[in-house]
Amino acid sequence: MMQAERMRIVSHKVLAQNIYEMTLEGELVQHMSDPGQFVHLRVDEHGDTLLRRPISLADYDKEMRQCTLIYRAEGQGTAKLAAKRSGEGVDVLGPLGNGFPIPQDLAGEQALVIGGGVGVPPLYNLSKQLQACGAIVTHVLGFASADVAFYEDRFKQLGATYVATVDGSQGKQGFVTDILSERAIAADRVYACGPLPMLRALEERYVGSTIPLYISLEQRMACGIGACMACVCHLQEDPTGLRYKKICRDGPVFKAGEVVLT
Amino acid sequence: MTDGNEAVDLSVDLPGLPMKNPIMPASGCFAFGQEFAELYDLDVLGAIAIKAATREPRFGNPTPRVAETAAGMLNAIGLQNPGVEHIMKEELRWLEHYQTPVLANIAGSTVDDYLFVAEQLSLDPRVGALELNISCPNVKEGGIAFGTVPDVAAELTGKVKAVSHLPVYVKLSPNVSDIVEMAQAVEHAGADGLSMVNTLLGMRMDLKTLTPILANKMGGLSGAAIKPVAIRMIYEVSQAVSIPIIGMGGIQSVDDCIEFLLAGASAVAIGTANFTDPWVCPNLIQALPQRLKAMHVTHIQELVGRSWKAWVTQ
Ligand SMILES: Cc1cc2nc3c(=O)[nH]c(=O)nc-3n(C[C@H](O)[C@H](O)[C@H](O)COP(=O)(O)OP(=O)(O)OC[C@H]3O[C@@H](n4cnc5c(N)ncnc54)[C@H](O)[C@@H]3O)c2cc1C
Ligand SMILES: Cc1cc2nc3c(=O)[nH]c(=O)nc-3n(C[C@H](O)[C@H](O)[C@H](O)COP(=O)(O)O)c2cc1C
Ligand code: FES
Repeated sequence: MMQAERMRIVSHKVLAQNIYEMTLEGELVQHMSDPGQFVHLRVDEHGDTLLRRPISLADYDKEMRQCTLIYRAEGQGTAKLAAKRSGEGVDVLGPLGNGFPIPQDLAGEQALVIGGGVGVPPLYNLSKQLQACGAIVTHVLGFASADVAFYEDRFKQLGATYVATVDGSQGKQGFVTDILSERAIAADRVYACGPLPMLRALEERYVGSTIPLYISLEQRMACGIGACMACVCHLQEDPTGLRYKKICRDGPVFKAGEVVLT
Repeated sequence: MTDGNEAVDLSVDLPGLPMKNPIMPASGCFAFGQEFAELYDLDVLGAIAIKAATREPRFGNPTPRVAETAAGMLNAIGLQNPGVEHIMKEELRWLEHYQTPVLANIAGSTVDDYLFVAEQLSLDPRVGALELNISCPNVKEGGIAFGTVPDVAAELTGKVKAVSHLPVYVKLSPNVSDIVEMAQAVEHAGADGLSMVNTLLGMRMDLKTLTPILANKMGGLSGAAIKPVAIRMIYEVSQAVSIPIIGMGGIQSVDDCIEFLLAGASAVAIGTANFTDPWVCPNLIQALPQRLKAMHVTHIQELVGRSWKAWVTQ
């Protein structure tokens, strides 16, 4: 169930160039149910940045009442977020949306987890939970360069991890799809979050196969709760063109092939 | 005026909308209420303005549909809605769980569209009044001509009045050179009230793609940025017409509400602020009496048009 809470920043640090990791503490964590859900942050309570910023849960721990967000400080809202210090409060609305589905028993199953850039964060808690359910997890992560790469070691602790960078400064030079083409990585299920071209390439690879693919989508949002219709996408099988899903409320995770990627 | 110990009367009796307080969510910023009903009891609201209804269902514009601006946002939703038939079968039936009066927003691209939707909605017992959206900047086909040419707006208003027994509010566009002329034209055509303002047409560019951020290129500016424009227009119009005004445009605080009343609005609607704080409407309703007491106001209606009315002390 969604709530609004002034959560306390318990740690806030730079992970890579312009990439921040923020850990928040509060009651809201008790309502988090799946990796892939997100929170909607008010970055500026008295100034002129009116819209909240959607950021995925990278990790959460109900016992500790803490959740971790990883974000790129890019525009003015995330820059304001980056200026906040440990001990300060942040107005958080959440948890929002539906995350990645994880079957209870995955003993012996192979799960392939694919992320690109700031699409990587929600995959961290996902991978933890997949592993806890018995899956053997393999990660394929893509970044622009070593400067902006993060969490490779953390993912390695959970399973085999392959990294690609566009400039070749870390791991293989190229895209995650190059790694997939090169290595036949066994997979019973695939999860992905990242830029649209990456998700499109994965859809081509897996939709129509027997391997289910779940993808997490992004769109510019206003309300984040399903009321403003900012974040809708078309359904694939819809001759009328009128049916839709709201990414904030019905997603952000969808089974690949369900909605049209735009 | 009072010494501050009496209860404050927040009620406003508008045509078709007996409101227990002057605050309602604005059309398009509240959908049909379902999402907010999970957060609070909708019966605390003075009224509810529901999302625009069109004759046929509409998907609306491609995404991105919103872009942020300084103290505001642009939207080009494109009037996405399930069509009047569905709204009457589902959304308005669901709203029967609540007593709060409903202001039903209507959009269209032809006169016939407006009349069809107005006739249908007038059959619905849950609708208290109609709000003609003649000012949506986000539909290419015609929509905005109704809002920018006084004769066209007046003719539409008159025709809707002729097919409906319900009070009709006309929602004015700020994208005109003479808002007073527009307001007087629809008043003479029989409008029972005015809603003002709708969004101001605007644009933003994406420096990565070197193209407009919105897929629709242009969108409607809302939020705090447009507040002074709305207040000025309400100030001018309220002195030139005798029908009540529902004021909107960037309201976020109790003091903002009071500014709109002072300018001449009888009630206010809250749009964009619902996205920043989904509890903003009940919060404002709760905070209003205390602020009014501090101002020694016992009836909220004392404030309406106070900035320009010669006040007669009781
Ligand atoms: C469900 C979801 C989960 C996300 N999770 C993460 C995450 O874990 N880590 C991370 O770094 N980023 C994440 N993003 C992207 C993040 O929301 C945007 O990068 C951020 O909102 C940009 O804000 P800004 O102040 O930097 O940019 P500005 O340009 O100032 O933003 C202006 C407006 O555009 C919106 N906007 C701009 N870029 C995007 C974008 N790519 N996606 C959505 N809205 C955008 C902003 O929210 C704001 O409303 C997520 C987006 C969504 C929809
Ligand atoms: C996302 C969005 C959707 C809107 N949809 C409608 C609509 O369907 N009909 C309408 O008359 N006005 C619509 N509006 C305009 C608002 O009702 C209101 O007039 C305007 O946003 C100014 O108020 P605000 O600054 O408080 O948002 C919409 C505004 C926004 C931001
Ligand atoms: S962001 Fe408002 S409906 Fe999704």
